[in-house]
Amino acid sequence: MPVYVENRQIVVPGELIADKNRFRVEGKVYERDGRYYSKVLGVAYIDQENRRVNVLTLKGKYIPSPGDLVIGKVVEVGLTNWIVDINSPYPAILPLNEVFSKPTSIPRSELSKILDVGDIIAAKVIAFDYARDPLITIKETRLGKIPQGIVVEIPPSKVPRIIGRKGSMVNMIKELLGVELIIGKNGRIVIVGKDRAKAELAALVIRKIEREAHTSGLTDRVREFIMEKLNEIGGGSNEG
Amino acid sequence: MSESKSAGILSLLRREVILAGLRKGEREDGRSLTEFRDIEIQTGYVGKAEGSALVKLGDTKVIAGVKVDIGTPFPDTPEMGVQIVNAEFIPVASPVFEPGPPGEDAIELARVIDRGLRSAEAVDLSSLVLVPGSKVWTVFVDIYPLDHYGNLIDASGLATMAALLDTKIPSVDVENGEVRISEEKKPLPINTRVVYVTVAKIEDFLVVDPTFEEELAADARVTYAVNEDLNICGIQKGGSGAFRVKELIDARDMALEIAPSLFEKLPPKHGA
Amino acid sequence: MKGSVQLIDENGKRVDGRYPNELRRLRIEAGVLKNADGSAMIELGNNKIIVAVYGPHEAVPKYMAEPDRAVIRCRYSMAPFSVDERKSPSPSRREVELSMVIRQALEPAVFLNEYPRTMIDVFIEVLEADGGTRTASITAAAVALADAGIAMRDLVSAIAVGKVGGRLVVDLNGLEDQYGEGDMPIALMPQLNYVTLFQADGVFTPKEVEDAFRLVSEPIKKVYREQKRALKKKYEDVVREVEKGE
Repeated sequence: MPVYVENRQIVVPGELIADKNRFRVEGKVYERDGRYYSKVLGVAYIDQENRRVNVLTLKGKYIPSPGDLVIGKVVEVGLTNWIVDINSPYPAILPLNEVFSKPTSIPRSELSKILDVGDIIAAKVIAFDYARDPLITIKETRLGKIPQGIVVEIPPSKVPRIIGRKGSMVNMIKELLGVELIIGKNGRIVIVGKDRAKAELAALVIRKIEREAHTSGLTDRVREFIMEKLNEIGGGSNEG
Repeated sequence: MSESKSAGILSLLRREVILAGLRKGEREDGRSLTEFRDIEIQTGYVGKAEGSALVKLGDTKVIAGVKVDIGTPFPDTPEMGVQIVNAEFIPVASPVFEPGPPGEDAIELARVIDRGLRSAEAVDLSSLVLVPGSKVWTVFVDIYPLDHYGNLIDASGLATMAALLDTKIPSVDVENGEVRISEEKKPLPINTRVVYVTVAKIEDFLVVDPTFEEELAADARVTYAVNEDLNICGIQKGGSGAFRVKELIDARDMALEIAPSLFEKLPPKHGA
Repeated sequence: MKGSVQLIDENGKRVDGRYPNELRRLRIEAGVLKNADGSAMIELGNNKIIVAVYGPHEAVPKYMAEPDRAVIRCRYSMAPFSVDERKSPSPSRREVELSMVIRQALEPAVFLNEYPRTMIDVFIEVLEADGGTRTASITAAAVALADAGIAMRDLVSAIAVGKVGGRLVVDLNGLEDQYGEGDMPIALMPQLNYVTLFQADGVFTPKEVEDAFRLVSEPIKKVYREQKRALKKKYEDVVREVEKGE
């Protein structure tokens, strides 16, 4: 048997996944003596047609990667930079020159007027090597301080489920609930919407997806869930 | 600070040199993988202690001192004397030792030595009772490495055993719960001697009595305490690595093979 | 410590009715704490131990960080009410040593070099102790580490072998630990077959050292099965729930 697990099987670290050279094995696995073992508590997805197995982790912190869009929280104002928590063991550094497109010189006392402790920002990772803390920027369009919204945090490994294949899940949520979702690769999502009740419903939906991320038929169930809850809200009650 | 940290880090180059030698069955000081370094034991080094021993194991030097005092027994063993083993890794001995109270390494060493002795009942604690339930002899062993060049456990084991064998306690008269100490001294009663053999694992090689650098190169180590019946009276695996079962059994055999020669180096037990 | 109490009869039956190769009742639950990144609770006989894992996180203090790997900080602690005679909350020498050997029992299993310059905290609190707390702690800690999503080569499963009435037995309870002739805690990475914890006190013949590994083989498999079950349960329950709904 080339593959020792079933599709969507939950696996633990050290669990035998497949023999080498029979299937292509990807994801959170390691190889030993010609066999692949899971590295994490995760889910094995098997693509029989293309002879591929992918092991995805169910939990875990965010490890930065250049190019990633992340939602951060400012935790410290420095002399010429800000320290930003990006839900990672590696705190991110946002230097002054990654805030403005033109070079500026601003006294330290003014820094907190631009971004202060507790501010939520959408940023992009521009550099990370394990020897130094990751560098982020908010210079590009659509980046910067997010003035309002509901922030939800999920394991980074489940972000693809929130997005869905070709955006199918996130687009459905946006359409049905009339909200904007700013999705950070680091597992943080900001829900922006004029209707408070619908925005809070979106948060519930995200939690549901997080909980059921490893199951099949999720998109349909989520649609049903949203429609059900919308009816309840439409009924006039003011629940969140 | 950086110097002390640097001393505890083995360069990849050095590690390769050590491994290259092991692949040929050689160690840097010319020993085979199953040989101990030269051992020198000098007892009675510290006059003020009731017993003491200075041990040289290659370049590693450890001194153990025994102080004996009258104290109270532990509540769950009212008819037994008390044995307390402590170790201090003083900065004198190595740039990697920082001043301060015993850290986990010093505590581990003291407890491993203590367990080996206790399991084998090396010190006859039951004959150290003066007034049952209230007054017993307390035997304090303090282990002080003076020069750390590897394998502190085995060297400390030899120093401790030799110091205990060297220890003399006063004779006492006990009358109506009163203890009178006489000038006469007698040897601390010892049932059996114990030796310790540490085997380090460097990749797939098992080396006995590792030097400081061999310890840094090692993934893990295992120490076997052996009594005079050649039974195992203590085991301690240390280090962040892992062993195959077979390696642990091989190490056991190495320990049993070497133990007799270590016993020979120790002072003999006193006649009853 | 010597056998003054009769702990085993001619048929090999022990004080609590178990036979030499039997484990006490074992239950593990994963993900029991909301705050911790990973957590586990273990009940083995009367032992009740909870483990919380925080991390990987920024190393604190910074000088403790290693440039090429994560550092594991492990704290084994017994609650004052966990034992017969109240134990002082301040760390004893025993707790210091156990914190270290437990850490060294877990380190070989973790892919430390995937998280350079970080720290992983393993906090173990023994709420009730009844023999074999260090091996039960290791068993629970491995589950908590996996529950946190930390990359590992294998779980670590642990059990103490002991000697009572001259016979080797598995999973010593408190009485056997106190009055028996020897205690030999063993931890293994069960899939890879590597030993990560190995200690002993008491006297064992050379052959008994070898026999202990043979004796421990089946019980360790049981422990491993329970660890796997605990880790998978939460997620498998969701699948079952979802399937039932459909």
